Formats: sequence, structure tokens, C-alpha cells
Amino acid sequence: MEIDLPLIWAALIAFAILAYVSLDGFDLGIGALFLLAPEKSGHRDIMMNSVAPIWDGNETWLVLGGGGLLAVFPLAYSVVLPALYMPIIAMLLGLIFRGVAFEFRWRVSRKNRVWWDWSFAFGSLLAAFAQGVCLGTLIQGIEIVDRSYAGGRLDWLTPFSILTGISLIFGYALLGATWLVMKTEGELQHMVRKYAVITGLITLGLVGVVSIATPFLDAEYHYRWFEGANLVYSIVVPFLMAGCAAVLFYGLKQKKDIRPFFAAHGIFLLCYIGIGISFYPRMIPPDLTIWQAAAPDKSLGFLLVGAAFLIPIILCYTAYSYWVFRGKVGENEGYH
Amino acid sequence: MFDISALDLARIQFAFTVSFHIIFPAFSIGLASYLAVLEGLWLWKKEDRYMEVFNYWKTIFAVGFGMGVVSGVVMAYQFGTNWSVFSDKAGPVIGPLMGYEVLSAFFLEAGFLGIMLFGQKRVGPKLHFTATFMVAVGTLFSAFWILSVNSWMQTPAGHAMNAQGQFIPDDWIAVIFNPSFPYRLVHMVLAAYLTTAFVVGAVGAYHLLKNKANAHARLMFSMAMWMAALVTPLQILAGDQHGLNTLEHQPAKIAAIEGHYENVTGAPLILFGIPDNEKAEVLYPISVPKLGSLILTHSWDGELQGLESFPKEDWPNTFLIFWTFRIMVGIGFIMLAIGFWSLLRRYQGRLYEDRWLARAVTLAGPSGFIAVLCGWVTTEAGRQPWTIYGLLRTSESASPLVAAEVGTTLLAFIVVYFTLFGVGVYYMLRLMAKTPEKTPEKMETLKRAVGMVGASSNIDESRT
Repeated sequence: MEIDLPLIWAALIAFAILAYVSLDGFDLGIGALFLLAPEKSGHRDIMMNSVAPIWDGNETWLVLGGGGLLAVFPLAYSVVLPALYMPIIAMLLGLIFRGVAFEFRWRVSRKNRVWWDWSFAFGSLLAAFAQGVCLGTLIQGIEIVDRSYAGGRLDWLTPFSILTGISLIFGYALLGATWLVMKTEGELQHMVRKYAVITGLITLGLVGVVSIATPFLDAEYHYRWFEGANLVYSIVVPFLMAGCAAVLFYGLKQKKDIRPFFAAHGIFLLCYIGIGISFYPRMIPPDLTIWQAAAPDKSLGFLLVGAAFLIPIILCYTAYSYWVFRGKVGENEGYH
Repeated sequence: MFDISALDLARIQFAFTVSFHIIFPAFSIGLASYLAVLEGLWLWKKEDRYMEVFNYWKTIFAVGFGMGVVSGVVMAYQFGTNWSVFSDKAGPVIGPLMGYEVLSAFFLEAGFLGIMLFGQKRVGPKLHFTATFMVAVGTLFSAFWILSVNSWMQTPAGHAMNAQGQFIPDDWIAVIFNPSFPYRLVHMVLAAYLTTAFVVGAVGAYHLLKNKANAHARLMFSMAMWMAALVTPLQILAGDQHGLNTLEHQPAKIAAIEGHYENVTGAPLILFGIPDNEKAEVLYPISVPKLGSLILTHSWDGELQGLESFPKEDWPNTFLIFWTFRIMVGIGFIMLAIGFWSLLRRYQGRLYEDRWLARAVTLAGPSGFIAVLCGWVTTEAGRQPWTIYGLLRTSESASPLVAAEVGTTLLAFIVVYFTLFGVGVYYMLRLMAKTPEKTPEKMETLKRAVGMVGASSNIDESRT
């Protein structure tokens, strides 16, 4: 049997995007919650310090998603990015606003720090929203003619994509809140536990709305979820979702530190699997399949050798870095 | 401004975002290596001044690196947003190389940067040095892969075409080590080292001018001047070899750089002038007879192709690259002069006494950046009108975009980059203006208490 390189790569790219969403998700979420912490409380310092050593690594998964897509699915890359032109560039600018704040914030007097607080929060919100809009647009499908994007310039702007944009903000905020539950203590922890409950409820509500809306966007999704053997997923996924939600809220109520974080990620994982079920075997709905979008096997094979060797190493030193910075974050953590 | 096509706007946008971006890596490649050397010296010699200079530059590095990261993420997506046809056609060849850059370089840098910046209290000194070293290695890996990509676009090799009109890999070794790659890699890495050396040297010189007894300023200045003296001659040699390589593979680019419109034997070296593509001549030339042929062919009467040998639609912007090349070379010779000047003063034992040398080095602080930018403009604008030299035209590479859209995002990039990165550069300069000092005694004890200085206690514990 021949090795199906495009399928392996589709799985790897899916893994990279999942890693990105899980990891940068919580540090973008901290940005989304940032301004809710009172300016003079010192909480903002702790919130930022809890991710300062790792945010850069988290964001690198986004570069792998982009660079990897160019390498192994060049047609998908060259169709998706023009289609998502405005939200992608908004996301990039948002990431700049928040990324620079990590260092700039400490280079100014306490009085002026609030400027970079705003930059951090605004950038995080913009990036999260734009990523959600991209997701919504992809779900709605992208029109391709002759290996090129053929839709309108504002196709990305629909009520559905705005809904997914807002959903992702709340979803990331939930990840961020549960991360902080795990990494902080005292008054701040008390506060973020409340935020985790609120964002958790809203996220689940929005996920419900998006899930119900999706099958009605196109007949294919409808078929996937409501007919034939697939019906079993439609029943199982919501049950698992309810399980995660129960662990999340019960964990928060019992004042568990770690459990809510992983439960929130469980919710994300299930949503992600749901999207995967809707898309597969298409790379870009409605028409482009994984195999049509793939680069020649020689490209896929060459990079796969490196990926098979390097991704495990990356996971090891990333885990090591998280381990070095384990435990609760103190007041004076940074080197500043 | 409203007559500009989407294609021109896309080109301006790429030039703008990539030019801004390259400033940061050019600095961080060199600075990461410098930090690794400083920390290595500290481990070896156990002299506090090395660690103090390390910490001084570490903060500056963090600010610059952060800007490099966020402006770099933009580049990973610019190919798709603005150059989707190029991405579809060239993706199978250049994509995997960029994939290797992410896997082998970006993750390495990012993974260990956190430990390098924030981990001094949490890991032992040797492990911390390992982290610093890994960050430095990461920057060099990154340079390796991205310069391979760029060089392949300049001198494509090892590929074939498929039925969809895509470039597909045939021989990966030939793709990666394409003809111009080794030269470009050496030239750029040395450029990054020199750029950093002149920034470090300028900061040292600036503080020497205020207090010539400052031991930290002396250390910076001395190390930087060794780099200037030793690496600048190597760089000029590497640049010359790179030029000869370009003559072999991209003769039209060399003709434009030299300002040669006609084929000539015993070509003059045109020092200055105003190249005019319309009239196909260099106006008001100041030239040295025969020297052009001597440099490029190593013979007084060597024959050089002029632009007339190439179709006019394949000419690059001669005026632009004629001048950017001269600015780059001029800066190279200024660096060389400063390097020799410092050697002389060092030999006389007056390295820290010569205030004019210190002033000159302070003034030359940003010179590396200007040279790097001018060099890149020369090679990139010199590649035009092609994205993949001789094979794919720039005009056939762009995304199906409308001018209003590219114009809007271009404006957004300009506003955001100038404000945010402008502020960032200002913060870096303010950090550099701070006098490098011995860590105050009180801090010292505090740090010892938490195991930051003399953190060998950590290791002892793990041994027992």
C-alpha cells in the first residue's frame, strides 16, 4: 500500500492549528480579559507575567500553520489568503499590537503603562475576532475558479462569520481565565474563577448557536450531521461536550486549580473535531479536497522527514519550558 | 496616488513590510551570538563584568526580538495575501524550505527565549547558557533557510515544471544549495555580525566619551572593534565573491549596478553618475578607466555585457540599484577604515583615549542597518522584473486583488509600523543611553539570595 502523504500532512497541519488554538488561545484570552483587572491592583502584571516566557513559542504554531500550508498545500494557501485578506491582515496587526506590549509595557513609567495595557487588550481582541471570522468564512465555503479565489472581496463579512468571531473571543477568554485559575492565587484567582464561569456559559451558548446554524449553511453539512451513519457523531459529540462542561463548572465550584483548564481545552477539542467531521475530506469547502490541494509527493516527503524528527523534539523542549515556569506566578516574576 | 495599480501597491507593501522586518533580524542574529559569547566568557572566566554586560544587552535584545517576531509573522502571510499566484506556483519548492525554517529555527528560538529572558532564577547557569546558545543557533538556522529560499528565487536550480504550471522539486540538494546561496548566506551573516558590532561599539563609544574609565563600556568597545577590524575585510572579500557569482548568473543585474548600458571590453569603473534607462546611458559619469573590467573579470581588457544585451522589458531599475550598491560599498569601506584605525590605536595602547575614534564609531552606529537595507534593495530590485529569476514575472505573481484593498492595508501597515516600531526603537535607544554599570552591591546580595549570581548552588544541590 502506498503511503498517503497528503492525508498525513492534512493531519499534521490540523495538529499544528489545534496546537496554535490551544496554546495561543489562552494567552490571547488573557489579553481579552486584561482590562477587566483594575489598573492599580497589580493583577495585570501577574496576568502578563504568567505567559511572558511562553507566548512566543505559542505563536510559532501559527507560523507553522501558515508556512506549512504554503509548503504542503500551496493551492489551499494561495486561495484562502486572498479570500480572507482583510481578516488575516487585521489579525496580523492585532498580533503586533499585543506582541510588542509584552516588552514595551515595562519600558515606561507606571503612569504610562496603561497605553500598552490597551494595546495588549485591543490587539488580543482584534486577533481573536479576526481568527473567528476566518473560521466562519471557511465554514461557509470559498469559491475557486481556475486555481484562484473567485469570490467577492467582502465575502468574509457575514452575520455568521461575525458570530464565529465573537464566539472565538469568548472561547479564548475562557481558556485564558482557566489558565489564570491554574497560575494565580488569592484575590486574582477569585476574580478569574468568576470570569471562567461567565465566559464558560457564554461560550457554550455560542457554540450551540454556531452548531445549529452550520448544518443549514449547506446541504453537505446537513447530510453529514443528520443523516446516515454520521448521526452517531451528532449524538456523541454533544454528550461529550456536556461532560466537559460538567467537569469545568464543577471543578470551578470545587475550587480545583488545574481541572477547569483541561476541561476548557476539552470543549475546544470537541469543537475542533466537529469542524473536522464537517470538512473532511475537503480542505476548503465546498469543493477543494485534501488531495487536490496537496503539493507533489516529493515536497511532502521531504518536509515530512524533518517534521517527523523535529516535531517530537519541539514538543519536548516546549514541555520543558512550561515545566521550568511551572507553579503559581509571583508578583516580581519578570526580569524587568 | 489613485493611478497606482494593485500590483504596484502589493510590491510597495512587500518592500515596506520586509524592509522593516529585516532590521530586527539583522540585529538579533548578531546580538544573539554576542550574548552567547558573553555568557560563555562569564562561565569560563567568572568575571562579573561579562554577566553585567550580558544583562545590559539582554534587555535590548528582548525588545528588538519581540518586534522581529511580530513583523516576521506578517511575512509568513504576505506571500499568500498579496502573491498568491507565486505561492501556488513556487510553494512546492520554497514552501518546504520555509517549513524547515519554522521547525528548526523559530521553535528553537521561541522555546529557549523564555528561559533565556526569564529563567535565570529558575535554572542553573550552564542550562541558562545552553538556552542562550540555542537562541543564537536558532537565529543562524533561520538565516540559512530563508536565504536558501531567497537565493533560489534569484538563481533557481534543481526544479522541474508540472502540468499545472507549478515549480516542483527535482533535486533537493540542488534546490537548497542553489548557485548563489553559499555566497548570499556568508555575506548576510557577516553583515548581521558587523551591524551588531557597530551598534555595540557605538554604545560603548558613547559611554566612553562620557567616562573613559567605564569598564563595561571598554569591554563593549574593545570587543566590537575586534569584530570591525577582523570581519570587515572578510566581508569585503565575501561581497566581491558574491558579485562575481552574480555576474555569472544574473549578468543584467551586474550591468545595472555598474551602469553599463553597452557591451564593452576594458570597461571603466563608474564611481558616480545618474543612470537613465530611457536614454540608455549614465549621465555625468565620474569613472576610472578599465577598473570595472579588472574588478569583475580580473583582467584589464575583460569583456562585460551591458544592458543592451538584454531585452529592455527585462531591465531592472538601474538608477535605484546603481546608488544603493554604492551606498552599501561606501559604508563597507568606512567600516574598514574604522577597523584599521582601532587596530592602530590598540597597538599604541590608546584605544580608549582617542575621542575622535569614539565619536566616529558613535556616528557609525546605525551604518550596518543602512548597508543591509541598501544591499537587499540592490539584490531584490536587481532581480526585477522577475520573482523567480528568468522564469516567473512579478506581474504574473500577484493575487487577484483590487487597488483600494491593498492601498488600505498598506496604509494600515505604514501607520502601525511607524508608530509601534518607532516607539520600540526609541525604547531600545533609551536603554542604550543608560550607563552600563556594575550591579550595585545591594542588588548583588539580593540576587545571590535567590540564586541568580553564583547560581552554582543549584548545581551542587542536584549533585547531592
